[in-house]
Order: sequence, then structure tokens, then C-alpha cells
Amino acid sequence: MLIKENPLRLAIFGAICSMLLLSGCQTMKERVLDSSADGQTSVQLRSMQTRSFDTSDKAKTMRTVIATLQDLGFVVDKADLDLGSVSATKLSGYALRMTVSVRPSESGKSMIVRANAQYNNAPVTEPKPYQDFFVSLQKSLFLTANNVD
Amino acid sequence: MKKIIACVAIIGLLAGCAQPIPPEALQFQPDTLANRQLQSRKYDIKSEKELLSASNNVLQDMGFNLDESNMQLGVIVASKSRDATEAGQIAGAMFMAFMFGANAASYDKTQKIRASLVTKPASTNNPIEVDIKTKSGKQIKFDQQVEMPNSYVVRVTFQRLVWNQKGIMTKIEGINEPEIYQEFFDKLSKSIFLQAQNVN
Repeated sequence: MLIKENPLRLAIFGAICSMLLLSGCQTMKERVLDSSADGQTSVQLRSMQTRSFDTSDKAKTMRTVIATLQDLGFVVDKADLDLGSVSATKLSGYALRMTVSVRPSESGKSMIVRANAQYNNAPVTEPKPYQDFFVSLQKSLFLTANNVD
Repeated sequence: MKKIIACVAIIGLLAGCAQPIPPEALQFQPDTLANRQLQSRKYDIKSEKELLSASNNVLQDMGFNLDESNMQLGVIVASKSRDATEAGQIAGAMFMAFMFGANAASYDKTQKIRASLVTKPASTNNPIEVDIKTKSGKQIKFDQQVEMPNSYVVRVTFQRLVWNQKGIMTKIEGINEPEIYQEFFDKLSKSIFLQAQNVN
């Protein structure tokens, strides 16, 4: 067998294998800037991470965001009303970290909520987890989540 | 044979580069409500500020150090580092070391325990429910919670990170033992009582 006969061949085989597997990973520049490798634009990312809610109460929206995160098993890391930002981490065999920011829309009649998540050491870029989060949030907020253009 | 196993293990690890997020991570689960009840308690107290300060005292009683606070949002975040050794695990580690050499032994050594405590105004059990039809024939349903005066809800959640004797992380988990939460709230009740009496 190839493996038994020649350790050098095994090493080369191993190296090629890992190169193929690692080619999916990114360079440092891409990692710092998260300039997506899979061709996703920041507009797409924003639209899946953002919803608007018909309320003008920033503090209440933030309190509801915190309550929702707690319901989902998160422990709060940081919260700042002036900046409108909350960070929380969920540990359950994995580490899921989220930052949710709340800001009033230009008209002042609605609140724009944006969430971004990181799962272990990778950004979450699929739409489904964000959809789940906003479904959970709108249940707690008694308001409908609207898409933002 | 060993080499093949090693190779498969390495490939497995590398493939882990892009792990998918578990589908249930951001959805409400059947036990969400039960957990909320376990982790929350309602207190009749004049202000949210008083409640936060009593809570902060209890966390200090338990040896927690403050990491983050925001009075306006009713948030306190605290943590502490503690020993994590357990007798059973040490025995297991000794057995492994005896059988497979010292490198095979692993036991939990240190842990970091995190707590986040959030207060909010309590709401009545009966939300106002209004079902109306707009001019354009659109059905709108309100069921808005009504805040109760002088009554606040505290929700506390604990989680821990555990490292073994080699400094490698072995566990990251939420803490959900009912006794821990019950005892915490008993302490908080006492703290609120003492604070009201101005006793230290």
C-alpha cells in the first residue's frame, strides 16, 4: 500500500490534502476586514442583519432586545443606552457572540435594529440565524419586524 | 493504521474550518419559558435603582467582580475565577495516567463564572388586548403589556468556562441548576430587606 511503503509520499499526500482543505480559508487581510470570500456584499449582509420596528421608544426596544437575548440563553457582556448597543454571549458547547445595535430612523417613528453574530471564530453570514433572531425579538416586542431597504 | 487514523483526525479538524451554526441557537425552545421563570423573580420595591444596588451587594457577597453596568438599562455584568477540581475527575485522571501515561490525564483545574443580572419594570398578568379593524379593512391586534408601579423583575443568568490543568478549555456552558437560582434569589430577598432597614 502507498502509505506503508513510503513515508515521504504520505507526507506529500497529506500536504496536498490540507492545501485543498485550507484553500477555503482566508488571508489575514480578508479576516481583518471580513471582505467576504463568497462574493457577499455588505449591502446584502446589512439587509439580512437589519429590521425596523414601529416604535419610538429606544430604551424599551433595548430592554426587549436584552430580554430576548436572555430568553435565548445569552449572558449579557455589555450594554450602553446612549450608543444603543448590546453585546451578549451564549455558551452551550459552542460560543455564539452577538452585538445588537438600536438606533432611531430618520423620521424618528421607528427603531432600526441591527444584529451581527459570530459563531466560535467565524462570522455568521447565512440569513437563517438572523431571521430566527428577529422572529424571537418580534415575539417579545409585540411588533412586526419590517425589512429595511 | 495509526497514521491513517491521525490523517482522518486532521482532515476532520481542518474541515471544521467552516462549522455551521446549530439551527436551534437563535430560536425559542419549549423550555424557554420554564428557564425564564427559573431565572426571574419579582420584587416589590420603590425604585429600580434600589433593586440594582441590592443585587450588586449580593453579587459582591458571592465574590463576583463587576465587569460592566448600565443603570439606565438595568444591567449588571460580573464574573469571578474559581477552582474547578472535582474529586471524581482527579481519580479518573490518575487512572488514565496510570494506564496511558501522564499525557493522557486531564482534569478540570480553573473556571470563570459569569453572571449577568437584568432588571425591568414588572408588567401586569393581563395585557390590554384590543382587536380593531382600520378603515382600509386591515385587522390589527394589540396586546400590550402594562407596567406595574413599584414592582420590578430581576433576571439573572450564569454561565461558566472551564480549563483543564494544561490550560486547554474543556467546557463552555450555561448554568441551569434550579437550586443555584433559588438560593441566589433568597439572598437577594434578604439583601433588599436589610437595605430597606438600613442595616449592613
